[in-house]
Amino acid sequence: MKLITAIIKPFKLDEVKEALRGLGVQGMTVSESQGFGRQRGHTEVYRGTEYTVDFVPKVRVEVLADDSDVDRLAGAIVSAARTDKIGDGKVWITPVEQAIRIRTGEMGADAL
Amino acid sequence: MEGNTAWVLASAALVLFMTPGLAFFYGGMVRSKNVLGMLMQNFFSMGLVSVLWAVFVFSIAFGGTGKFLGDLNLVGLKTLGDVKSVIPAYAGKYALVVPPLAFVAFQLMFAIITPALITGVMTDRMKFRAWVVFLGAWLVFVYAPIAHWVFAPVGWLFKLGALDFAGGTVVHINAGIAALAVILVLGRRRGWPDETMPLHSLPLTLLGTGMLWFGWFGFNAGSALAANGLAAQAFLNTNNAAAAAMLGWLVVERLKGGHATTLGAASGAVAGLVAITPCAGYVGGLSPIIIGFVAGAVCFMAIQLKFRFGYDDALDVIGVHLVGGIVGSLLLGLFAEKAVNPDFGAKRLFFGGGLELLGYQAVAVLATMVWSGGISFVLAKVISATIGLRCNDEEEIVGLDLSQHAETAYSFGELGSMGRTG
Repeated sequence: MKLITAIIKPFKLDEVKEALRGLGVQGMTVSESQGFGRQRGHTEVYRGTEYTVDFVPKVRVEVLADDSDVDRLAGAIVSAARTDKIGDGKVWITPVEQAIRIRTGEMGADAL
Repeated sequence: MEGNTAWVLASAALVLFMTPGLAFFYGGMVRSKNVLGMLMQNFFSMGLVSVLWAVFVFSIAFGGTGKFLGDLNLVGLKTLGDVKSVIPAYAGKYALVVPPLAFVAFQLMFAIITPALITGVMTDRMKFRAWVVFLGAWLVFVYAPIAHWVFAPVGWLFKLGALDFAGGTVVHINAGIAALAVILVLGRRRGWPDETMPLHSLPLTLLGTGMLWFGWFGFNAGSALAANGLAAQAFLNTNNAAAAAMLGWLVVERLKGGHATTLGAASGAVAGLVAITPCAGYVGGLSPIIIGFVAGAVCFMAIQLKFRFGYDDALDVIGVHLVGGIVGSLLLGLFAEKAVNPDFGAKRLFFGGGLELLGYQAVAVLATMVWSGGISFVLAKVISATIGLRCNDEEEIVGLDLSQHAETAYSFGELGSMGRTG
Protein backbone atom coordinates (compact mmCIF):
# COMPACT_ATOMS: atom_id res chain seq x y z
CA MET A 1 0.00 0.00 0.00
CA LYS A 2 1.19 3.50 -0.84
CA LEU A 3 0.22 7.08 -0.14
CA ILE A 4 0.25 9.35 -3.16
CA THR A 5 0.64 13.00 -2.23
CA ALA A 6 0.25 15.62 -4.92
CA ILE A 7 0.74 19.37 -4.66
CA ILE A 8 -1.10 20.96 -7.57
CA LYS A 9 -2.42 24.27 -8.85
CA PRO A 10 -5.80 24.94 -7.24
CA PHE A 11 -7.72 25.25 -10.49
CA LYS A 12 -6.50 21.82 -11.61
CA LEU A 13 -8.24 20.11 -8.72
CA ASP A 14 -11.42 19.33 -10.64
CA GLU A 15 -9.53 17.71 -13.50
CA VAL A 16 -7.39 15.66 -11.14
CA LYS A 17 -10.44 14.55 -9.20
CA GLU A 18 -12.24 13.49 -12.37
CA ALA A 19 -9.19 11.65 -13.68
CA LEU A 20 -8.85 9.68 -10.44
CA ARG A 21 -12.56 8.95 -10.30
CA GLY A 22 -12.34 7.68 -13.85
CA LEU A 23 -9.77 5.14 -12.65
CA GLY A 24 -12.07 3.90 -9.91
CA VAL A 25 -10.62 5.78 -6.95
CA GLN A 26 -13.16 5.74 -4.11
CA GLY A 27 -11.88 8.57 -1.97
CA MET A 28 -9.29 11.24 -1.49
CA THR A 29 -8.34 13.96 0.97
CA VAL A 30 -7.87 17.52 -0.17
CA SER A 31 -6.46 20.48 1.71
CA GLU A 32 -5.53 24.01 0.87
CA SER A 33 -1.87 24.66 1.42
CA GLN A 34 0.86 27.17 0.69
CA GLY A 35 4.42 26.75 -0.35
CA PHE A 36 7.02 27.45 -2.94
CA GLY A 37 9.15 25.54 -5.37
CA ARG A 38 10.80 27.03 -8.40
CA GLN A 39 7.81 29.26 -9.01
CA ARG A 40 8.33 32.66 -7.47
CA GLY A 41 5.67 34.15 -5.18
CA HIS A 42 3.49 37.03 -6.26
CA THR A 43 3.45 40.76 -5.61
CA GLU A 44 0.84 42.65 -3.61
CA VAL A 45 0.55 46.41 -3.27
CA TYR A 46 -0.63 48.27 -0.17
CA ARG A 47 -0.70 52.06 -0.17
CA GLY A 48 1.87 52.31 -2.88
CA THR A 49 4.35 49.88 -1.39
CA GLU A 50 5.04 46.61 -3.14
CA TYR A 51 5.44 43.43 -1.17
CA THR A 52 6.41 40.01 -2.39
CA VAL A 53 4.49 37.11 -0.99
CA ASP A 54 6.70 34.03 -1.10
CA PHE A 55 4.20 31.28 -0.53
CA VAL A 56 1.86 30.45 -3.36
CA PRO A 57 -1.56 28.92 -2.70
CA LYS A 58 -1.67 25.25 -3.71
CA VAL A 59 -3.90 22.27 -3.19
CA ARG A 60 -2.60 19.11 -1.58
CA VAL A 61 -4.28 15.90 -2.71
CA GLU A 62 -3.72 12.64 -0.84
CA VAL A 63 -4.81 9.25 -2.11
CA LEU A 64 -4.19 5.83 -0.61
CA ALA A 65 -3.58 3.20 -3.27
CA ASP A 66 -2.82 -0.44 -3.63
CA ASP A 67 0.72 -1.12 -4.87
CA SER A 68 -0.54 -2.36 -8.22
CA ASP A 69 -2.50 0.86 -8.87
CA VAL A 70 0.10 3.39 -7.81
CA ASP A 71 1.80 4.03 -11.13
CA ARG A 72 -1.47 4.37 -13.00
CA LEU A 73 -2.93 6.81 -10.48
CA ALA A 74 0.22 8.89 -10.15
CA GLY A 75 0.44 9.07 -13.94
CA ALA A 76 -3.17 10.22 -14.15
CA ILE A 77 -2.52 12.98 -11.62
CA VAL A 78 0.54 14.17 -13.48
CA SER A 79 -1.16 14.39 -16.83
CA ALA A 80 -4.31 16.00 -15.42
CA ALA A 81 -2.41 18.61 -13.41
CA ARG A 82 0.10 19.60 -16.08
CA THR A 83 -0.04 23.03 -17.71
CA ASP A 84 3.62 22.97 -18.83
CA LYS A 85 4.19 26.19 -16.91
CA ILE A 86 6.37 26.67 -13.89
CA GLY A 87 4.52 25.96 -10.64
CA ASP A 88 2.60 22.89 -11.77
CA GLY A 89 3.58 21.17 -8.54
CA LYS A 90 4.89 17.77 -7.48
CA VAL A 91 3.77 14.23 -6.80
CA TRP A 92 5.46 11.88 -4.39
CA ILE A 93 4.75 8.40 -3.20
CA THR A 94 5.42 7.00 0.24
CA PRO A 95 4.98 3.48 1.62
CA VAL A 96 2.13 2.94 4.07
CA GLU A 97 2.35 0.41 6.90
CA GLN A 98 -1.33 -0.16 7.45
CA ALA A 99 -4.78 1.33 6.81
CA ILE A 100 -7.96 0.71 8.78
CA ARG A 101 -11.53 1.60 7.89
CA ILE A 102 -12.93 3.01 11.13
CA ARG A 103 -16.54 1.93 10.66
CA THR A 104 -15.84 -1.76 9.97
CA GLY A 105 -12.34 -2.32 11.21
CA GLU A 106 -11.30 -3.69 7.77
CA MET A 107 -7.58 -3.52 7.20
CA GLY A 108 -5.09 -3.23 4.37
CA ALA A 109 -6.37 -3.34 0.79
CA ASP A 110 -9.92 -3.98 2.07
CA ALA A 111 -9.88 -0.62 3.78
CA LEU A 112 -9.16 1.31 0.58
CA MET B 1 -37.55 75.30 3.13
CA GLU B 2 -35.11 74.51 5.95
CA GLY B 3 -36.95 71.34 6.95
CA ASN B 4 -37.19 70.18 3.35
CA THR B 5 -33.53 70.88 2.76
CA ALA B 6 -32.53 69.00 5.89
CA TRP B 7 -34.51 65.94 4.85
CA VAL B 8 -33.28 65.90 1.27
CA LEU B 9 -29.64 66.27 2.33
CA ALA B 10 -30.05 63.52 4.93
CA SER B 11 -31.70 61.39 2.27
CA ALA B 12 -28.82 61.96 -0.11
CA ALA B 13 -26.45 60.66 2.57
CA LEU B 14 -28.72 57.65 3.13
CA VAL B 15 -28.70 56.85 -0.58
CA LEU B 16 -24.91 57.09 -0.71
CA PHE B 17 -24.79 54.57 2.14
CA MET B 18 -26.60 52.08 -0.09
CA THR B 19 -23.61 51.71 -2.40
CA PRO B 20 -21.28 50.21 0.23
CA GLY B 21 -24.37 48.28 1.36
CA LEU B 22 -24.73 46.87 -2.13
CA ALA B 23 -21.00 46.16 -2.22
CA PHE B 24 -21.27 43.99 0.89
CA PHE B 25 -24.54 42.42 -0.26
CA TYR B 26 -22.79 41.33 -3.46
CA GLY B 27 -19.36 40.82 -1.90
CA GLY B 28 -20.58 38.17 0.51
CA MET B 29 -21.95 36.13 -2.37
CA VAL B 30 -18.71 35.73 -4.33
CA ARG B 31 -15.76 33.46 -3.64
CA SER B 32 -13.19 34.89 -1.27
CA LYS B 33 -10.66 35.43 -4.07
CA ASN B 34 -13.05 37.86 -5.77
CA VAL B 35 -14.48 39.86 -2.88
CA LEU B 36 -12.21 42.88 -3.24
CA GLY B 37 -12.90 42.95 -6.96
CA MET B 38 -16.61 43.10 -6.18
CA LEU B 39 -16.28 45.75 -3.47
CA MET B 40 -14.00 47.82 -5.68
CA GLN B 41 -16.37 47.82 -8.64
CA ASN B 42 -18.99 49.34 -6.35
CA PHE B 43 -16.79 51.75 -4.41
CA PHE B 44 -15.22 53.00 -7.60
CA SER B 45 -18.62 54.20 -8.77
CA MET B 46 -18.62 56.68 -5.86
CA GLY B 47 -15.39 58.10 -7.25
CA LEU B 48 -15.92 58.27 -10.99
CA VAL B 49 -19.62 59.09 -11.05
CA SER B 50 -19.28 61.94 -8.52
CA VAL B 51 -16.65 63.66 -10.64
CA LEU B 52 -18.44 63.17 -13.97
CA TRP B 53 -21.71 64.32 -12.39
CA ALA B 54 -20.26 67.62 -11.27
CA VAL B 55 -18.38 68.19 -14.51
CA PHE B 56 -21.19 67.65 -17.01
CA VAL B 57 -23.45 64.65 -16.47
CA PHE B 58 -25.91 66.42 -14.15
CA SER B 59 -26.33 68.99 -16.88
CA ILE B 60 -27.09 66.51 -19.64
CA ALA B 61 -29.44 64.58 -17.35
CA PHE B 62 -31.41 67.40 -15.73
CA GLY B 63 -30.50 70.60 -17.58
CA GLY B 64 -32.55 72.28 -20.31
CA THR B 65 -36.14 71.68 -21.29
CA GLY B 66 -35.76 69.14 -24.12
CA LYS B 67 -37.86 66.00 -24.21
CA PHE B 68 -35.01 63.55 -24.72
CA LEU B 69 -31.84 64.98 -23.19
CA GLY B 70 -30.64 67.87 -21.08
CA ASP B 71 -28.22 70.48 -22.31
CA LEU B 72 -24.82 71.85 -21.36
CA ASN B 73 -25.95 75.02 -19.60
CA LEU B 74 -25.35 73.58 -16.14
CA VAL B 75 -21.89 72.17 -16.90
CA GLY B 76 -19.70 72.48 -13.83
CA LEU B 77 -22.84 73.30 -11.81
CA LYS B 78 -21.60 76.88 -12.17
CA THR B 79 -24.82 78.82 -11.68
CA LEU B 80 -26.40 76.54 -9.12
CA GLY B 81 -24.45 77.80 -6.13
CA ASP B 82 -26.85 80.72 -6.02
CA VAL B 83 -29.73 79.47 -3.86
CA LYS B 84 -32.16 81.49 -5.94
CA SER B 85 -31.10 79.79 -9.15
CA VAL B 86 -33.52 77.50 -10.90
CA ILE B 87 -33.15 74.26 -12.83
CA PRO B 88 -35.21 75.10 -15.94
CA ALA B 89 -37.01 71.74 -16.13
CA TYR B 90 -38.37 72.27 -12.62
CA ALA B 91 -40.65 75.24 -13.13
CA GLY B 92 -44.24 76.13 -12.27
CA LYS B 93 -46.02 73.37 -10.37
CA TYR B 94 -42.84 71.28 -10.44
CA ALA B 95 -40.69 73.95 -8.80
CA LEU B 96 -38.29 72.47 -6.28
CA VAL B 97 -38.79 73.36 -2.63
CA VAL B 98 -35.13 72.66 -1.85
CA PRO B 99 -32.01 74.50 -3.05
CA PRO B 100 -30.84 73.27 -6.47
CA LEU B 101 -27.61 71.89 -5.05
CA ALA B 102 -29.54 69.67 -2.63
CA PHE B 103 -31.29 68.22 -5.67
CA VAL B 104 -27.96 67.81 -7.48
CA ALA B 105 -26.53 65.90 -4.50
CA PHE B 106 -29.60 63.72 -4.09
CA GLN B 107 -29.70 62.75 -7.77
CA LEU B 108 -25.95 62.09 -7.76
CA MET B 109 -26.38 59.30 -5.25
CA PHE B 110 -28.89 57.60 -7.58
CA ALA B 111 -26.44 57.91 -10.45
CA ILE B 112 -23.77 56.24 -8.30
CA ILE B 113 -25.77 53.21 -7.24
CA THR B 114 -27.57 52.48 -10.52
CA PRO B 115 -24.51 51.36 -12.51
CA ALA B 116 -23.18 49.69 -9.35
CA LEU B 117 -26.22 47.40 -9.45
CA ILE B 118 -24.98 45.98 -12.76
CA THR B 119 -21.76 44.70 -11.17
CA GLY B 120 -23.65 41.71 -9.80
CA VAL B 121 -23.26 40.03 -13.19
CA MET B 122 -19.62 41.02 -13.67
CA THR B 123 -18.30 39.02 -10.74
CA ASP B 124 -15.13 36.98 -11.00
CA ARG B 125 -14.27 37.83 -14.59
CA MET B 126 -14.61 41.50 -15.57
CA LYS B 127 -11.40 43.43 -16.18
CA PHE B 128 -11.28 46.40 -13.86
CA ARG B 129 -10.28 48.82 -16.58
CA ALA B 130 -13.14 47.58 -18.73
CA TRP B 131 -15.49 48.42 -15.86
CA VAL B 132 -14.00 51.91 -15.56
CA VAL B 133 -14.72 52.62 -19.21
CA PHE B 134 -18.12 50.94 -19.18
CA LEU B 135 -19.17 52.83 -16.06
CA GLY B 136 -18.34 56.25 -17.46
CA ALA B 137 -19.82 55.57 -20.88
CA TRP B 138 -22.95 53.98 -19.43
CA LEU B 139 -23.56 56.96 -17.16
CA VAL B 140 -23.42 59.32 -20.13
CA PHE B 141 -25.20 57.31 -22.82
CA VAL B 142 -27.71 55.31 -20.80
CA TYR B 143 -28.32 56.73 -17.34
CA ALA B 144 -28.44 60.43 -18.22
CA PRO B 145 -31.01 60.14 -21.02
CA ILE B 146 -33.30 57.73 -19.17
CA ALA B 147 -33.21 59.83 -15.99
CA HIS B 148 -34.14 62.80 -18.17
CA TRP B 149 -37.03 60.99 -19.87
CA VAL B 150 -38.59 59.74 -16.64
CA PHE B 151 -37.59 62.02 -13.77
CA ALA B 152 -37.37 65.48 -15.34
CA PRO B 153 -40.85 67.00 -15.71
CA VAL B 154 -39.98 67.92 -19.30
CA GLY B 155 -38.96 64.35 -20.27
CA TRP B 156 -41.13 62.51 -22.78
CA LEU B 157 -42.11 59.63 -20.48
CA PHE B 158 -42.90 62.01 -17.62
CA LYS B 159 -45.08 64.08 -19.97
CA LEU B 160 -46.74 60.96 -21.32
CA GLY B 161 -48.02 60.23 -17.81
CA ALA B 162 -45.82 57.28 -16.83
CA LEU B 163 -45.07 57.28 -13.11
CA ASP B 164 -41.82 56.38 -11.40
CA PHE B 165 -41.54 57.72 -7.90
CA ALA B 166 -37.94 56.77 -7.12
CA GLY B 167 -36.51 54.76 -9.98
CA GLY B 168 -38.30 51.52 -10.89
CA THR B 169 -37.47 52.17 -14.53
CA VAL B 170 -34.56 54.61 -14.21
CA VAL B 171 -32.68 52.54 -11.65
CA HIS B 172 -33.82 48.94 -11.49
CA ILE B 173 -35.12 48.01 -14.92
CA ASN B 174 -32.33 50.10 -16.39
CA ALA B 175 -29.59 48.28 -14.46
CA GLY B 176 -31.27 44.89 -14.82
CA ILE B 177 -31.57 44.94 -18.60
CA ALA B 178 -28.04 46.37 -18.89
CA ALA B 179 -26.85 43.39 -16.84
CA LEU B 180 -28.48 41.02 -19.32
CA ALA B 181 -26.84 42.86 -22.23
CA VAL B 182 -23.43 42.72 -20.55
CA ILE B 183 -23.48 38.98 -19.90
CA LEU B 184 -24.42 38.30 -23.50
CA VAL B 185 -21.00 39.71 -24.36
CA LEU B 186 -19.08 38.77 -21.23
CA GLY B 187 -20.08 35.11 -21.09
CA ARG B 188 -20.27 32.73 -18.15
CA ARG B 189 -17.88 32.39 -15.30
CA ARG B 190 -15.34 29.60 -15.85
CA GLY B 191 -16.93 26.43 -14.61
CA TRP B 192 -20.50 27.73 -14.30
CA PRO B 193 -22.92 26.00 -13.76
CA ASP B 194 -21.13 22.70 -13.07
CA GLU B 195 -18.58 23.78 -10.48
CA THR B 196 -19.63 24.84 -7.03
CA MET B 197 -18.83 28.46 -6.35
CA PRO B 198 -19.22 28.78 -2.61
CA LEU B 199 -20.62 32.05 -1.27
CA HIS B 200 -17.80 33.11 0.97
CA SER B 201 -19.65 35.12 3.62
CA LEU B 202 -23.40 35.19 4.07
CA PRO B 203 -23.03 37.41 7.15
CA LEU B 204 -21.55 40.11 4.89
CA THR B 205 -24.52 39.71 2.58
CA LEU B 206 -26.96 40.13 5.46
CA LEU B 207 -25.04 43.17 6.69
CA GLY B 208 -25.26 44.67 3.22
CA THR B 209 -28.98 43.95 3.07
CA GLY B 210 -29.49 45.84 6.32
CA MET B 211 -27.52 48.80 4.96
CA LEU B 212 -29.59 48.74 1.77
CA TRP B 213 -32.89 48.61 3.63
CA PHE B 214 -31.79 51.51 5.85
CA GLY B 215 -30.52 53.59 2.95
CA TRP B 216 -33.64 52.89 0.92
CA PHE B 217 -35.61 55.19 3.22
CA GLY B 218 -33.61 58.04 1.74
CA PHE B 219 -34.03 56.63 -1.75
CA ASN B 220 -37.83 56.44 -1.63
CA ALA B 221 -38.97 58.83 1.10
CA GLY B 222 -36.34 61.34 -0.03
CA SER B 223 -37.86 61.23 -3.51
CA ALA B 224 -40.77 63.27 -2.17
CA LEU B 225 -38.10 66.00 -2.32
CA ALA B 226 -39.75 67.54 0.74
CA ALA B 227 -40.29 66.75 4.40
CA ASN B 228 -44.01 66.09 4.30
CA GLY B 229 -46.78 63.53 4.54
CA LEU B 230 -45.93 62.04 1.18
CA ALA B 231 -42.41 61.34 2.42
CA ALA B 232 -43.88 59.60 5.45
CA GLN B 233 -46.14 57.51 3.22
CA ALA B 234 -43.20 56.53 1.02
CA PHE B 235 -41.13 55.71 4.11
CA LEU B 236 -43.70 53.32 5.50
CA ASN B 237 -44.47 51.80 2.11
CA THR B 238 -40.77 51.07 1.64
CA ASN B 239 -40.46 49.29 4.94
CA ASN B 240 -43.64 47.27 4.56
CA ALA B 241 -42.95 46.16 1.03
CA ALA B 242 -39.50 44.90 2.04
CA ALA B 243 -41.02 43.05 4.98
CA ALA B 244 -43.80 41.45 2.94
CA ALA B 245 -41.41 40.49 0.14
CA MET B 246 -39.17 38.73 2.63
CA LEU B 247 -42.19 36.71 3.71
CA GLY B 248 -43.29 36.07 0.11
CA TRP B 249 -39.85 34.80 -0.89
CA LEU B 250 -39.51 32.60 2.20
CA VAL B 251 -42.96 31.05 1.77
CA VAL B 252 -42.25 29.99 -1.80
CA GLU B 253 -38.74 28.90 -0.91
CA ARG B 254 -39.98 26.83 2.02
CA LEU B 255 -42.68 25.21 -0.11
CA LYS B 256 -40.32 24.44 -2.98
CA GLY B 257 -37.07 23.62 -1.31
CA GLY B 258 -37.90 22.76 2.26
CA HIS B 259 -35.91 25.48 4.05
CA ALA B 260 -36.31 29.15 4.77
CA THR B 261 -32.78 30.46 4.19
CA THR B 262 -30.96 33.59 5.32
CA LEU B 263 -29.97 34.37 1.73
CA GLY B 264 -33.64 34.00 0.83
CA ALA B 265 -34.67 36.49 3.52
CA ALA B 266 -32.08 38.97 2.28
CA SER B 267 -32.93 38.49 -1.39
CA GLY B 268 -36.66 38.74 -0.71
CA ALA B 269 -36.26 42.00 1.18
CA VAL B 270 -34.23 43.48 -1.67
CA ALA B 271 -36.82 42.32 -4.22
CA GLY B 272 -39.52 44.10 -2.23
CA LEU B 273 -37.47 47.27 -1.99
CA VAL B 274 -36.94 47.16 -5.74
CA ALA B 275 -40.62 46.65 -6.50
CA ILE B 276 -41.86 49.40 -4.17
CA THR B 277 -39.41 51.94 -5.57
CA PRO B 278 -41.59 53.18 -8.43
CA CYS B 279 -44.74 52.93 -6.30
CA ALA B 280 -43.54 54.41 -3.02
CA GLY B 281 -45.23 57.81 -3.32
CA TYR B 282 -48.35 56.70 -5.17
CA VAL B 283 -49.77 53.81 -3.16
CA GLY B 284 -51.11 53.48 0.35
CA GLY B 285 -52.96 51.26 2.78
CA LEU B 286 -52.08 47.62 2.39
CA SER B 287 -51.07 47.94 -1.26
CA PRO B 288 -47.31 47.96 -0.48
CA ILE B 289 -47.71 44.70 1.39
CA ILE B 290 -49.44 43.09 -1.58
CA ILE B 291 -46.86 44.51 -4.00
CA GLY B 292 -44.00 43.31 -1.80
CA PHE B 293 -45.41 39.84 -1.32
CA VAL B 294 -45.96 39.39 -5.06
CA ALA B 295 -42.47 40.69 -5.84
CA GLY B 296 -40.85 38.31 -3.35
CA ALA B 297 -42.62 35.29 -4.78
CA VAL B 298 -42.17 36.28 -8.44
CA CYS B 299 -38.46 37.14 -8.08
CA PHE B 300 -37.80 33.82 -6.37
CA MET B 301 -39.22 32.06 -9.38
CA ALA B 302 -37.48 34.40 -11.83
CA ILE B 303 -33.99 33.61 -10.58
CA GLN B 304 -34.45 29.95 -11.47
CA LEU B 305 -34.72 30.87 -15.15
CA LYS B 306 -30.97 31.36 -15.56
CA PHE B 307 -30.39 27.64 -15.30
CA ARG B 308 -33.02 26.92 -17.91
CA PHE B 309 -31.73 29.49 -20.37
CA GLY B 310 -28.06 29.16 -19.49
CA TYR B 311 -27.14 32.80 -18.80
CA ASP B 312 -24.84 33.32 -15.85
CA ASP B 313 -26.69 35.97 -13.83
CA ALA B 314 -24.21 35.40 -11.04
CA LEU B 315 -25.79 37.47 -8.27
CA ASP B 316 -29.28 37.63 -9.76
CA VAL B 317 -29.34 41.21 -11.00
CA ILE B 318 -31.79 40.23 -13.73
CA GLY B 319 -33.97 38.04 -11.52
CA VAL B 320 -34.25 40.63 -8.77
CA HIS B 321 -33.76 44.09 -10.29
CA LEU B 322 -35.13 43.67 -13.80
CA VAL B 323 -38.02 41.43 -12.80
CA GLY B 324 -38.69 43.24 -9.50
CA GLY B 325 -38.57 46.59 -11.30
CA ILE B 326 -41.07 45.40 -13.91
CA VAL B 327 -43.37 43.95 -11.24
CA GLY B 328 -43.36 47.24 -9.33
CA SER B 329 -43.72 49.46 -12.37
CA LEU B 330 -46.68 47.49 -13.72
CA LEU B 331 -48.41 46.94 -10.37
CA LEU B 332 -48.28 50.71 -9.94
CA GLY B 333 -50.71 50.85 -12.84
CA LEU B 334 -53.15 48.88 -10.72
CA PHE B 335 -52.56 50.26 -7.24
CA ALA B 336 -51.89 54.00 -7.67
CA GLU B 337 -54.24 56.16 -5.60
CA LYS B 338 -55.10 59.79 -6.11
CA ALA B 339 -55.83 60.08 -2.39
CA VAL B 340 -52.16 59.37 -1.69
CA ASN B 341 -50.75 61.59 -4.39
CA PRO B 342 -53.00 63.79 -6.55
CA ASP B 343 -50.06 64.46 -8.84
CA PHE B 344 -51.07 62.28 -11.77
CA GLY B 345 -53.88 62.29 -14.27
CA ALA B 346 -54.18 58.86 -15.79
CA LYS B 347 -56.77 56.36 -14.64
CA ARG B 348 -55.58 53.36 -12.69
CA LEU B 349 -57.28 50.04 -12.27
CA PHE B 350 -58.11 49.43 -8.64
CA PHE B 351 -58.60 52.97 -7.48
CA GLY B 352 -60.39 54.72 -10.28
CA GLY B 353 -60.97 52.17 -13.04
CA GLY B 354 -59.35 51.89 -16.41
CA LEU B 355 -56.09 50.64 -17.83
CA GLU B 356 -54.70 53.95 -19.01
CA LEU B 357 -51.94 54.21 -16.41
CA LEU B 358 -50.98 50.56 -16.86
CA GLY B 359 -50.48 51.32 -20.57
CA TYR B 360 -48.17 54.27 -19.80
CA GLN B 361 -46.24 52.14 -17.35
CA ALA B 362 -45.76 49.47 -20.01
CA VAL B 363 -44.46 52.07 -22.46
CA ALA B 364 -41.95 53.32 -19.88
CA VAL B 365 -40.81 49.77 -19.10
CA LEU B 366 -40.36 48.93 -22.77
CA ALA B 367 -38.64 52.18 -23.66
CA THR B 368 -36.15 51.71 -20.83
CA MET B 369 -35.47 48.12 -21.81
CA VAL B 370 -34.93 48.91 -25.48
CA TRP B 371 -32.62 51.89 -24.94
CA SER B 372 -30.65 50.54 -22.01
CA GLY B 373 -30.44 47.00 -23.36
CA GLY B 374 -29.40 48.16 -26.83
CA ILE B 375 -26.83 50.77 -25.83
CA SER B 376 -25.37 48.60 -23.04
CA PHE B 377 -24.88 45.77 -25.52
CA VAL B 378 -23.10 48.09 -27.96
CA LEU B 379 -20.88 49.52 -25.20
CA ALA B 380 -19.91 46.03 -24.03
CA LYS B 381 -19.18 44.96 -27.62
CA VAL B 382 -17.01 47.99 -28.31
CA ILE B 383 -15.04 47.55 -25.10
CA SER B 384 -14.67 43.85 -25.78
CA ALA B 385 -13.26 44.57 -29.25
CA THR B 386 -10.84 47.26 -28.07
CA ILE B 387 -9.39 47.00 -24.57
CA GLY B 388 -11.10 43.70 -23.78
CA LEU B 389 -13.96 43.08 -21.37
CA ARG B 390 -12.94 39.90 -19.71
CA CYS B 391 -9.89 38.72 -17.79
CA ASN B 392 -7.79 35.95 -19.27
CA ASP B 393 -8.19 32.47 -17.82
CA GLU B 394 -5.19 32.76 -15.57
CA GLU B 395 -6.44 36.02 -14.02
CA GLU B 396 -9.89 34.57 -13.52
CA ILE B 397 -8.46 31.48 -11.84
CA VAL B 398 -6.23 33.49 -9.53
CA GLY B 399 -9.19 35.73 -8.71
CA LEU B 400 -9.92 39.39 -9.26
CA ASP B 401 -8.44 40.47 -5.93
CA LEU B 402 -4.92 39.48 -6.84
CA SER B 403 -5.07 39.76 -10.62
CA GLN B 404 -6.82 43.14 -10.85
CA HIS B 405 -5.84 44.84 -7.61
CA ALA B 406 -2.72 43.04 -6.27
CA GLU B 407 -4.36 42.55 -2.88
CA THR B 408 -5.67 39.75 -0.70
CA ALA B 409 -8.92 40.23 1.23
CA TYR B 410 -8.34 37.94 4.16
CA SER B 411 -5.11 36.90 5.80
CA PHE B 412 -5.67 34.64 8.74
CA GLY B 413 -2.79 33.43 10.85
CA GLU B 414 0.88 34.19 10.49
CA LEU B 415 1.73 31.65 7.81
CA GLY B 416 3.56 33.08 4.86
CA SER B 417 6.17 35.77 4.67
CA MET B 418 5.85 39.11 3.02
CA GLY B 419 8.86 41.19 2.07
CA ARG B 420 8.86 44.82 0.99
CA THR B 421 10.38 45.32 -2.43
CA GLY B 422 9.54 48.86 -3.38
